[in-house]
Amino acid sequence: MSPDLLKLIFGRLGLESLPLHEPIVVGTFVVVALGGAALLGGLTYFRLWGYLWREWFTTVDHKRIGIMYMILGIVMLLRGFADALMMRGQQALAFGGSEGYLNAHHYDQVFTAHGVIMIFFVAMPLVTGLMNYVVPLQIGARDVSFPFLNNFSFWMTVGGAVLVMASLFIGEFARTGWLAYPPLSNIGYSPDVGVDYYIWALQVAGVGTTLSGINLICTIVKLRCPGMSMMKMPVFTWTSLCTNVLIVASFPVLTVVLALLSLDRYVGTNFFTNDFGGSPMMYVNLIWIWGHPEVYILVLPAFGIFSEVTSTFSGKRLFGYTSMVYATVVITILSYLVWLHHFFTMGSGASVNSFFGITTMIISIPTGAKMFNWLFTMYRGRIRYELPMMWTIAFMLTFVIGGMTGVLLAVPPADFVLHNSLFLIAHFHNVIIGGVVFGAFAGITYWFPKAFGFRLDPFWGKLSFWFWVSGFYLAFMPLYVLGLMGVTRRLRVFDDPSLQIWFVIAAIGAGLVALGIGCMLVQFAVSFLRREQLKDVTGDPWDARTLEWATSSPPPDYNFAFTPVVHDNDAWWDMKKRGYQRPLTGFRPIHMPSSTGTGIILAGLATAMGFGLIWYIWWLAAASFIAMLAVGIGHTFNYHRDFDIPVDDVVRTEDSRTKLLAGAK
Amino acid sequence: MTVTVNPAQTGAPVFYVVDEHPHPEGWSTSLGFWIYLMSDCLIFAILFATFGVLGGSYAAGPAPKDLFDLPLVALNTSMLLLSSITYGFAMLTMQQNRIGQTQMWLAITGLFGAAFIGIELTEFAHMIHEGAAPQRSAFLSAFFTLVGTHGLHVTCGLIWLVTLMVQVFKFGLIEANRRRLMCLSMFWHFLDVVWIGVFTFVYLLGVLR
Repeated sequence: MSPDLLKLIFGRLGLESLPLHEPIVVGTFVVVALGGAALLGGLTYFRLWGYLWREWFTTVDHKRIGIMYMILGIVMLLRGFADALMMRGQQALAFGGSEGYLNAHHYDQVFTAHGVIMIFFVAMPLVTGLMNYVVPLQIGARDVSFPFLNNFSFWMTVGGAVLVMASLFIGEFARTGWLAYPPLSNIGYSPDVGVDYYIWALQVAGVGTTLSGINLICTIVKLRCPGMSMMKMPVFTWTSLCTNVLIVASFPVLTVVLALLSLDRYVGTNFFTNDFGGSPMMYVNLIWIWGHPEVYILVLPAFGIFSEVTSTFSGKRLFGYTSMVYATVVITILSYLVWLHHFFTMGSGASVNSFFGITTMIISIPTGAKMFNWLFTMYRGRIRYELPMMWTIAFMLTFVIGGMTGVLLAVPPADFVLHNSLFLIAHFHNVIIGGVVFGAFAGITYWFPKAFGFRLDPFWGKLSFWFWVSGFYLAFMPLYVLGLMGVTRRLRVFDDPSLQIWFVIAAIGAGLVALGIGCMLVQFAVSFLRREQLKDVTGDPWDARTLEWATSSPPPDYNFAFTPVVHDNDAWWDMKKRGYQRPLTGFRPIHMPSSTGTGIILAGLATAMGFGLIWYIWWLAAASFIAMLAVGIGHTFNYHRDFDIPVDDVVRTEDSRTKLLAGAK
Repeated sequence: MTVTVNPAQTGAPVFYVVDEHPHPEGWSTSLGFWIYLMSDCLIFAILFATFGVLGGSYAAGPAPKDLFDLPLVALNTSMLLLSSITYGFAMLTMQQNRIGQTQMWLAITGLFGAAFIGIELTEFAHMIHEGAAPQRSAFLSAFFTLVGTHGLHVTCGLIWLVTLMVQVFKFGLIEANRRRLMCLSMFWHFLDVVWIGVFTFVYLLGVLR
């Protein structure tokens, strides 16, 4: 075939795009391909495709979508953590003239992919998954406001993840760092597909995130059960509300800034170029106007989880509910006023830097208030050290350290010394792992019995906990030391042999975290095998306080046979205390949304469009775009999107629960 | 949602709704659409901010004074403003259930919208022909992106409008279609408001600059 025709069909994709010269990537590909083939083969052999399609891929049930988000987050955690191990290994080895085992081209992709994956495809899905699962149950709703949109949002997030994963084996990923600053990310310095993978993965996933933000705000505002005024909402619902407000008010900024970057790359405009009047610092400002709220998007739900866990396992009402709510709202607002602290070194002058330094320090006040609220909740409580509570205490100790180093970095003169050093790396891992990751784990162990009807095995959970916590400290405390000694981030080789010991300690820490992740996977397997012993028939295994524990574990499709009526902050606690009797008769048919395959089809087309744009396969991009329009418009011609669960089904489900409860007594 | 107390339990606390009516269809739609509009508004806000920062970076190229043809822009603006009025008429006739008139006003709105897009494209083509392409300077990059994003929104609005006309033709002014017309109405007026900003900050203040 003529080269022109090949170019028309395949764009810039060719055999040379496959990274066959990188033995590590080829080895990974072989393992992934074998694993993937085994998985697909297994699904086909056990005839599970139809089941998966009907019950999971096309579902609009917020609970199943929540579980799928969690699976996505955990799978991507393995990928992101593999990147982390590679970096730690490289940095521990590359001393005394050694080049380590990663060449610069590969190493730069590894640190970029690590950051992108951990934030967008691990932390975000874990947080969104927990909100999706828990919020409708906590407010006594049957589903979210826009169930189809929820399914679509999830698959768009998956589409972004697919693009990032594809970059490992087809072409390459960005070599720019996780925020892809220009001019490095402009076409002149990054002419390859790496940055395009970055852009389109985030754009596709970003649409999903924004829509799920709108969806959850509406859910919380419009679908609360009778009696639940705003100040009677559980704290996790409050933090979710604030998080979703942040999502809606910040992700459009990311969308625009990436769109402008792609215009620079594809069309040749001059937004962030060095010449023709462009300003690279404009990009840095804009992306951090999204980026700083983003870290609160991640951590606020974690704060909510810790609040629920602390009050449940202390057997007490949460101390200072009102102050907790206001602290959350204040953090939401302040998170927009601090973005410049990510680049004090830009040179914006003393007044601007002082403003942003002070606003940054002010954020520690509401955060500190929350810390005291949790402490006072525990004070004189009857604390049960179950796993979720252990994660919470590890969070409180770890997060305080991270918060204090954060305030230190907020001082502009100090930041001029520490900017882009390993001290910064240690700081944000300190708050993200100590806050978001520990929070997600606390949430997973806390709500797992609700989602699956059996608890997680505590032995393997505790093993995982201790490996994670000790591994974290061993991995990141040395980075504080190195940062104070002036070592900057993203370095591949080192000259000064006296630094090596610290990197070796950090690598050992990363190894311990790897054991922690391994134990967690074993925990899931062991718990599944022991599910009969770990079974929860009551629906309330922790003697908890909020509405999600009022229904069965796992909850029926419709969540509640009768919509609850709430009189107190701790609604379920109040119901238990005042002798609530579960209704046994008088059931009615329940109106529910129907499943649809449109979400996954649209997201698949969006992913194909992204792939076409990355590789300049214009026909693919255009065809997928037109198909998306057609499918999207076609979907609006379907006016029958819900059905009634017949009363017989409701009666059967509720009767089986009655039997279970009777058996438990 | 109505709360009916179970008569058997009067006096005791009520923990669940016995006589339940599901939320009406579209219960959350207008709130959701408002929030979507605000997120879209943020997109424009960032584009305005970008124009504000880069709008003076001509890179020794043409400036607004050399490029903008204010009478043409005024004509264009009037097209869009008139389309907002005619959309209003469509909504009024929809309230009176006059399906034919609704469709007619929707069609007229669509024509005004198309005229707006047509004039805008003419303007763009003219500028590019004169060498004032988006690649020429940061000012022109910001100009084309801001105005072009608005134009793209109007184009999406037109596609949506045609879709809704087909749906009204096929299914009549049923509740779902009324809700959709209401959403498009908000979208359309929102674009008008954004255009007022564009006209003022980009064109009028640009010529003064």
